[in-house]
Amino acid sequence: MPGAEPISGVERQEARIAWWLVLPAVLTIMLVALFPLVWTVWESLHLHDLRMPWLGRPFVGLGNYADALREPRFWGALGHTAFFAVASVGLELLVGLWFALALNRAFRGRGLVRAAVLVPWAIPTVVSALLWRFMFEGQHGIANAALMQIGVVREPVVWLIHPQLAWVPVILADVWKTTPFVALLLLAGLQNIDASLYEAARIDGASARRQFRYVTLPLLQPAILVALIFRTLDAFRVFDLIYALTGGGPGTSTEPIALYTFNALLQNLQFGYGSALSVIVFLITFSLALLYIRFLGAELTGARR
Amino acid sequence: MASVRLEGLRKTYPNGHVAAQGLDLEIVDGEFMVLVGPSGCGKSTALRMIAGLETPTGGRILIGERDVTALPPQDRDIAMVFQTYALYPHMTVRENLAFGLRMRGTEKGEIERRVGEASRALGLEPVLDRKPAQLSGGQRQRVALGRAIVRDPKVFLFDEPLSNLDAKLRVETRAELARLHRRLGATIVYVTHDQEEAMTLGSRVAVMRDGFLQQVAPPMDMYRHPANRFVAGFVGSPAMNFLPGDLIGGLRQGAARDAVLGVRPHDMTLVSASAGDIDALVDVVEPRGSELLVYLRLGPRGDGPEVKVVAPPETSVEAERVAGVKFDRERLHWFDRDSGERLSP
Amino acid sequence: MNGRNWWPAVALGVLVLASAFPFYWAIVGSFTPEARLFQNPSLFPTEPVLDHYRALFTARNFWLPIRNSLVVAGTTTALCVIVGSLCAYALARLQFPGKVPLLGFILAVGMFPQISVVSPLYLLLRELRLINTYPGLVLPYLTFAMPLTVWLLVGFFRQLPGELEEAAMVDGAGRLRAFWEVIVPLALPGIATTAILTFVYSWNEFLFALSFTLGPERQTVPVAIALFRGQYQIPWGQILAAAVVATAPVTLLVLAFQRRIVQGLTAGAVKG
Repeated sequence: MPGAEPISGVERQEARIAWWLVLPAVLTIMLVALFPLVWTVWESLHLHDLRMPWLGRPFVGLGNYADALREPRFWGALGHTAFFAVASVGLELLVGLWFALALNRAFRGRGLVRAAVLVPWAIPTVVSALLWRFMFEGQHGIANAALMQIGVVREPVVWLIHPQLAWVPVILADVWKTTPFVALLLLAGLQNIDASLYEAARIDGASARRQFRYVTLPLLQPAILVALIFRTLDAFRVFDLIYALTGGGPGTSTEPIALYTFNALLQNLQFGYGSALSVIVFLITFSLALLYIRFLGAELTGARR
Repeated sequence: MASVRLEGLRKTYPNGHVAAQGLDLEIVDGEFMVLVGPSGCGKSTALRMIAGLETPTGGRILIGERDVTALPPQDRDIAMVFQTYALYPHMTVRENLAFGLRMRGTEKGEIERRVGEASRALGLEPVLDRKPAQLSGGQRQRVALGRAIVRDPKVFLFDEPLSNLDAKLRVETRAELARLHRRLGATIVYVTHDQEEAMTLGSRVAVMRDGFLQQVAPPMDMYRHPANRFVAGFVGSPAMNFLPGDLIGGLRQGAARDAVLGVRPHDMTLVSASAGDIDALVDVVEPRGSELLVYLRLGPRGDGPEVKVVAPPETSVEAERVAGVKFDRERLHWFDRDSGERLSP
Repeated sequence: MNGRNWWPAVALGVLVLASAFPFYWAIVGSFTPEARLFQNPSLFPTEPVLDHYRALFTARNFWLPIRNSLVVAGTTTALCVIVGSLCAYALARLQFPGKVPLLGFILAVGMFPQISVVSPLYLLLRELRLINTYPGLVLPYLTFAMPLTVWLLVGFFRQLPGELEEAAMVDGAGRLRAFWEVIVPLALPGIATTAILTFVYSWNEFLFALSFTLGPERQTVPVAIALFRGQYQIPWGQILAAAVVATAPVTLLVLAFQRRIVQGLTAGAVKG
């Protein structure tokens, strides 16, 4: 085969150096990520309940998975996670895009805005959860006070007691925390668009809306996709936020799949069952990532154009 | 200083692209060899292989009779001036110049002496303590040169060093390089895409195309006796005109039908209509100060191929008029229509 | 066009206000006596008290979680940056077989759901007797912070012109020497940014810290705050004070280095 000639001494030396440089990082990752994952899969095929050690660790094949699929709480958790992902990522993209467009125009106070925008992103998620919980707590949180003030509601709403309304502070908290990051990503994408394209469009007679539709949006696609991937994957793994804000409640009405798994594992000590849940979560995340990478790869290399 | 020899040098990239196809080239000690060709012809790849920055897939490289093919760049005792100069931005000019000597463990006194010498020779003394960002384009160029000179290497390699300079600076620096070569007696391998640079600087020029060497010769030899059609069209400005061999009868002793006639714009004269070898319709006249560049279409009605002729500035010629074109019989070039190889007249 | 110039300013005003308000409100609350926290909320504290902060550092001994977070985040960052920059340099500049799949593998691990490895890690750490210890946290943190570090550093290294190393090699430096003499000094801003981002990531981590620590001796700040329990009800005053204290250092870091941070995050992301 042409080109497949033996690697010369210099190239082999370079490859050797490279492998030594890469080894520590790779070993660490493999030890603490890959190996446990394999173990989780193995565990998921066994019955392993630490509360009932006398039962041993019998092999049950796909029994745990079947249990999960039969369990309404499991489906509830999946549904909650999907709902949360769609709602929060959707809002973050819309609001983030709006802010990015605004940031792209304004030139004064850039530093202030950038700082304002970074701080919510930088604090621990549990802290942001608590901040928002404080605002929506009980009957006398500031949220109720404000809403009553502007007249949206007449009586205080006890948000966290309500299975559906409890989602409001959750989604608001997530949007508050991560929209800034999305806005920054999209802003960088916007700034990469050559200004002369807009000028050409204007000369061609395109209105602002058309410019947006035919110049901005298509060229922003890679950035939007990147934001979409990162945020969706994060949204599917949501844990900290809900643990600290609602604890999954009231009852289990805001429990996402990661929290459900956590409870099964470290609360109920059902390691076999919990491992099955872990594998399911992993598969979902993995397939989402693959799906996106296929699309993103095509977009970035301009395969569609 | 040393000689450089390439033996059967090949480079194929993993994606199948062949950048060098069995190059055989001998560069004599002290010679200024220019590798020239259109972009993608493989000249930069060849240079980088000599430097050790790319590994060949076949063949050998010898520097001063020493086989360096398997050696990394740092062991080859060469110096290179990059197209973008590649000055270390975080070091002062002095530190940039001293870097190579420091890497080789030269002792401090010697480093200072050599850096002093080079900076004096290149007029860099006033900027020794500045960083590259604070220098002008021409100064940076000289620092890049200085870095190479200070090392006293066996071979100097230049990778299109003038392309980033404006036209005026380019001409000045060209003269500097020629001076440098004369003073140091250095073996230089120089890559450029500009045929004018090649012709003015090189003691020998090697034209490359698609990974093959087309011709290696001193500049004037190449100008007067190009080995094939490609070289003929590449060297010389304005470019040579190519015409079907049988357009004008009686010019060639051998068969003219399967040949291509090449004639340079400088080797044609404009005369009055019907007084030359063929009539042509004048298309565009470009006054260039010292000469006129005239575009014509051959044939009395102007329906033949286009040619360019360089004429003295006082020639009376007007667009849309018919003129006669006369060919200098001593300066005709014949090429095979299919292979492009040079044919005997 | 001129008439439409008000909307960016309004949008930005909204952005800044919306970002700042929850903090502001928390700060106000942290200085408000517990009894008054949920009565007649007013935008400015009327009778500020330091009770909550005092209790935080005496009764609750909040120094402990702060110390733990500093140790764990600091160690993780230092190790990640050192090991990660070597790895990132190899990935960014050197040619070797298996390079592309390796990068893909490292990035893929970064996308792992942590929940999927919590239980085996728990059992593993328990075997190694590392539950409720510093190494017991640093080790898992390294694994999940490393992909982030490598990805950021690869982005920064790639931005440096390749010819610099080539010039250094021609000048006589081997690969590693070229890395140390030329690349590292030039990449320092990028390395610093990466360190900051890695530190923030480690400081904020919750799930592993929650799962692998048992008590205040080793719990980190996020865990300590989330587990605040009062005798009869949630001690909001102290929680808010803790929140303020917990976020102050990270906030200051971010404010000081915001330009670099934004560059680092978006450069890698948008260019893929």
